[in-house]
Amino acid sequence: MSAAAYEPEVRAGDSLLSVRDLVVEFGGKGRPTFRAVDGVSFDVGPGQTIGLVGESGCGKSVTSLAIMGLLPARGNKVAGSATFDGTDLLTLDQREMSDRRGRDIAMIFQDPLSSLNPVVPIGVQVAEVMQRHQGLKKAQAMQESRLLLDRVGIPDPARRLKEYPHQLSGGMRQRALIAMALACKPRLLIADEPTTALDVTIQAQILEVLRELVVDSGTALIMITHDLGVVAGLCDEVNVMYAGRIVESASRHEIFARPEHPYTHGLLGSIPRLDGTRAGALHAIPGSVADNIPWTGGCAFAPRCTNATAICREQSPALEADPTGIPDHLLRCHHPILPGTDSTHE
Amino acid sequence: MNPMQRKKDRIDKLAEQAAGASADVPDAGKVADTGGVSLIASAWRRLRRNPVFLVGLAVTVLFVLIAIFAPLLAPHNGQTGYLLNQVTPNDPVPGGQDGFPLGADGQTGRDLLSRLILGSRQTLIVGVCATLAGLAGGVVLGTLAGAFGGWVDTVVMRLVDVMLSLPSLLLAISVATLFGRPSQWTLIVAISVVQVPIFARLLRGSMLAQRASDHVLAARALGVKRGPITFRHMLPNSLGPVLVQATLVLATSIIDAAALSFLGLGNPDDSSPEWGQMLGKAQDYFDVAPRLAFWPAACIVVVAFGFTLMGESLREALDPKTRR
Repeated sequence: MSAAAYEPEVRAGDSLLSVRDLVVEFGGKGRPTFRAVDGVSFDVGPGQTIGLVGESGCGKSVTSLAIMGLLPARGNKVAGSATFDGTDLLTLDQREMSDRRGRDIAMIFQDPLSSLNPVVPIGVQVAEVMQRHQGLKKAQAMQESRLLLDRVGIPDPARRLKEYPHQLSGGMRQRALIAMALACKPRLLIADEPTTALDVTIQAQILEVLRELVVDSGTALIMITHDLGVVAGLCDEVNVMYAGRIVESASRHEIFARPEHPYTHGLLGSIPRLDGTRAGALHAIPGSVADNIPWTGGCAFAPRCTNATAICREQSPALEADPTGIPDHLLRCHHPILPGTDSTHE
Repeated sequence: MNPMQRKKDRIDKLAEQAAGASADVPDAGKVADTGGVSLIASAWRRLRRNPVFLVGLAVTVLFVLIAIFAPLLAPHNGQTGYLLNQVTPNDPVPGGQDGFPLGADGQTGRDLLSRLILGSRQTLIVGVCATLAGLAGGVVLGTLAGAFGGWVDTVVMRLVDVMLSLPSLLLAISVATLFGRPSQWTLIVAISVVQVPIFARLLRGSMLAQRASDHVLAARALGVKRGPITFRHMLPNSLGPVLVQATLVLATSIIDAAALSFLGLGNPDDSSPEWGQMLGKAQDYFDVAPRLAFWPAACIVVVAFGFTLMGESLREALDPKTRR
């Protein structure tokens, strides 16, 4: 199936995956339940890239695993819906989900080496996906693998096919993983921090591969990252997550031009920059996600927030439209940092 | 209960090391980027310089060669009573002499040296077959438990626990006595039954570690089915520690085989000599000719020692924690 084949069904701009009120709770006998993801909603359409941004532990990876149905069944509760092309993925059983994984939706992980089977040659691992979903014979699948490796920019693919993961460089391993993910031309790709384990120069190359994919094949891409540089280079829409909830959601341009949530502000302030007029230290956000309090008792970010007041500790803010009336800019904050009132950094 | 707990702990520790070893693979790979060596290559490099391993290897290779070429190496055949004419009521065991350096094996007047050499064959066959059978059984049970989890895992592991709770020799004796006519095959079955739970528990442990690994998650994220995940992604990555353990178990198998033969549960036909069986027969002459017991016992000890040295140094070389 090529990219063109599904265009009649889903026009560009329409939502391909629509996540609504996704809740993931970890728990079990004798352990208190922990809400890792708390009412997350977002949409992603063909040819669109959205970012899920936040610190480690804010629930972005759990969100993606829940959509993929890869959370262990025991001790986890998933609620809400994730509608992919008319089907709620969360209602599918493991077998139906397994049929879709790799064919309709694929995922790329953070650490390319540990995500590859160390005892199986790269080519076989890429071919395996095509044999599984497209019923290709092994020789045919290997042939296709070679073309795929070539397409994701692995030099000398015929030789690389027969090599084991430890023989490849970090960048090539990530390319091989991308090749595996792309093998059956999925319509949705979830990339979970795909560049974190790589050198900066390799990061740029990998992002370029992903960008071309989105532009050329109209694949929808969910980019999970804590790296705002990646967001700036790739994402159309950005959802900033904190402690399991989306705290700010806007277009890339909006997020960078007018971050209004103190947390987003803090994230942007944490990036070292050369052109900054602010002499002095980086604006580190005090504390860590581990210090968070549940959203039930007020705003979870309040303990780390410089703008927090009494109301923040009592009443949990809702995700609402931006008070200045910018369309499609959602915000979960009692005291947003609005343009002109920026006082936190001075 | 205590020895059983100790047994279980030891097996679990090995499995943990296995998990460590596979977690260590990324490092090995990173080293490979900069012109270094992979896990196996670096293990081999360390082994090559390890005198303990080399001694173990030498003993093992010598033993295997002797066993393979036994009929050529033995100066006489094992059945003919060459020294029968020297057997007297006062001296029932003719001593060493020209052509028969170790003398006779008892009142039957057969050549002791030849029988020792020929006996290495039986020992090797029983040891290797028992270990392979145990390995096969353990791999099947361990794969079942590790791949399916849930109630399959519970049932299999409780069965394994029951087997581990029995002293191994007692279990082997019980199994051996189940068969009416003892032979070397009943010996093999009895010993392998004892090895099965060790391999099963070990494999299950490292399979579970694999199940939680990134590459298995990645394979599942691509829709790979349970069969290929088990046999292509989990099993090959879990086998390392099990194969190392097999080297160690070979030594135990040989000792167990000797013990069972000594107790008369081995092959009763003494035309094909076996060290344990020779040791058992030597009891009759212990007062007059203790060397009849000494030589087979020495052979058993040396061979078991060789396998143990080799296995231990292999395990150490593949264990990331003891790496230097």
